[in-house]
Amino acid sequence: MSEEGLSGKVVVVTGASRGLGLELARRAARRGAKVVMVAREAAALEQAARDIRDAGGFAVPLAFDVGDKEAIHRLAQLASELAGDVDVLIHNASTLGPVPMPLLLDLACEDLERVLQTNLVGPFRLTKALGAPMALRGAGTIVFVSSDAAVSAYPGWGAYGVSKAAADHLARSFAAELGSSGVRVFAVDPGEMDTAMHAAALPDADPTTLARPADVADRLLAMVERAPRAPAGERLIAADWGRA
Amino acid sequence: MRAATAPRDLAAAERLIVLDAADPRGHRLEVATAGELARYVAPGDVVVLNDAATLPASIRARRPEDLELRFMGRDERSWTALLLGAGDRTRPTEARGPAPLLAPGDRVELDEAIALTVEAVEASGRVARVAVPEPEALLRLLALRGAPIQYAYVPGALSLFHVQTPWASRPWAFEMPSAGRPLTFATLVALRARGASVVRLTHAAGISSTGDAAVDATLPRPERFEIPATTAHAIAAARARGGRVIAVGTTVVRALEAAAADGVLRAGPGLAENRIDARTPRAIVDALLTGMHEPGTSHHRLLQAFAPEAALDDALARAAREGFLAHEFGDAMLILGPPPARHLGARRRDVFLAGRLGLA
Repeated sequence: MSEEGLSGKVVVVTGASRGLGLELARRAARRGAKVVMVAREAAALEQAARDIRDAGGFAVPLAFDVGDKEAIHRLAQLASELAGDVDVLIHNASTLGPVPMPLLLDLACEDLERVLQTNLVGPFRLTKALGAPMALRGAGTIVFVSSDAAVSAYPGWGAYGVSKAAADHLARSFAAELGSSGVRVFAVDPGEMDTAMHAAALPDADPTTLARPADVADRLLAMVERAPRAPAGERLIAADWGRA
Repeated sequence: MRAATAPRDLAAAERLIVLDAADPRGHRLEVATAGELARYVAPGDVVVLNDAATLPASIRARRPEDLELRFMGRDERSWTALLLGAGDRTRPTEARGPAPLLAPGDRVELDEAIALTVEAVEASGRVARVAVPEPEALLRLLALRGAPIQYAYVPGALSLFHVQTPWASRPWAFEMPSAGRPLTFATLVALRARGASVVRLTHAAGISSTGDAAVDATLPRPERFEIPATTAHAIAAARARGGRVIAVGTTVVRALEAAAADGVLRAGPGLAENRIDARTPRAIVDALLTGMHEPGTSHHRLLQAFAPEAALDDALARAAREGFLAHEFGDAMLILGPPPARHLGARRRDVFLAGRLGLA
């Protein structure tokens, strides 16, 4: 990335209507990026985009479900047309699956499939659609937001953990294939954050022990800006990075 | 030749017929697969792709009823659409019912919020220009409710995934610029490994058939394009060292030749209004990767700028005998033509010929 960082760059954030995704969109817009915000909940998404625009930023809301195959090229085309050639793609949207989170033996097969569709196959398809042009242009950054559940096996976290472990390896595999094309791919473990998703999974958690999504967003965007200097395919821990 | 009736899974295994018409004394034919394209490319060549994504350009109107619009062109303030009446994509376009009669000033309602005003209707009644003051609203509606344009010879409903080239980017194409479809990223890697550069431009591929012979005769319409500066530089560099310019698709030929009106390729946006045929002296493009095109079509006329009709007939006949399939999901042809008539001078021709003789 150039000295100007994200200024003028087109950044796509999925799951951008709340939590980490919303903060990524806000912070990227404050850094001068043209942000494309993707989420299922149209009303919340459109309000969030309006707020960013009212604050002088550039934000395009696209209400689509990244787990829906038919949505992928439709949203990719709108992103390209309404914001420009995509420079950065952040796969942040994810689902826990059913809550309270069941043990694997109690998890319906279809629920596992749904979690994989949203957390793994959707990002794979969107990477094909937006990453392929990056590879042809010779530049771009793709980030997979990960989780400690991808590395540690917590009872009840099976579906989500499996999908995140697979997504981490998808990031590594894409990095191995795209390494010489100028496209940087890496995964980021954001740590535990004070978000609605965390509350849904762990309702008894003490919010004061959790990271603020805005802080994590700043660290993640700092990684994106410095991506050319990070080894490809690496799995990065947000807490290890300073905020830029 | 039979049409391919559905998207196919193994792009690299699709058939390729190579027509080498570079030598005016005679042509040669070779049958291969799309995955072997790199064998026919030499170090120093430049391969030019069209990175236009294919829009879901077909949409049914709410009012008038029985009206399908297939968008086929766009400029700053208006879009052009083919109007089709009763029936749907499973009926051949020539068998569709006549479109409702429209006149300037009429409103075409696409949904509760979007109605387009007709600016002009062509004599055939089949093509209308509509005012689009807010392109974003129309693009969002197409993304939500539009479908890829498809024809009766493809019975199964196409998803947008089926009609994109692997590197599709800006949504400028109304139908898939299908010449690139059989190429895979692995093939692009192989081309680069072979020493060729791979570059891109964006060209708004139009529709291929209207169901009306008189309107078909007006195709291709003017199509906008944009050539990045890096692409223009890569092409100039390739030509300077005697490399060939290999266009992936007739859209790329149209864009490059339109952008080189005075023999010098200019980067930037443009409008291709050129018709390319046997009489066109090519300025830029040496070779073309394309699909199977039947005589009588504008695509076939463009091929005659690369090879004489007899050679093309021979190639098509051989392809037919080998069971090649036609249309957008069909097999491919690589035509190696003589160097462009307007070129940089003797040095380039000598380097070119030396390079050709050195190829196995």
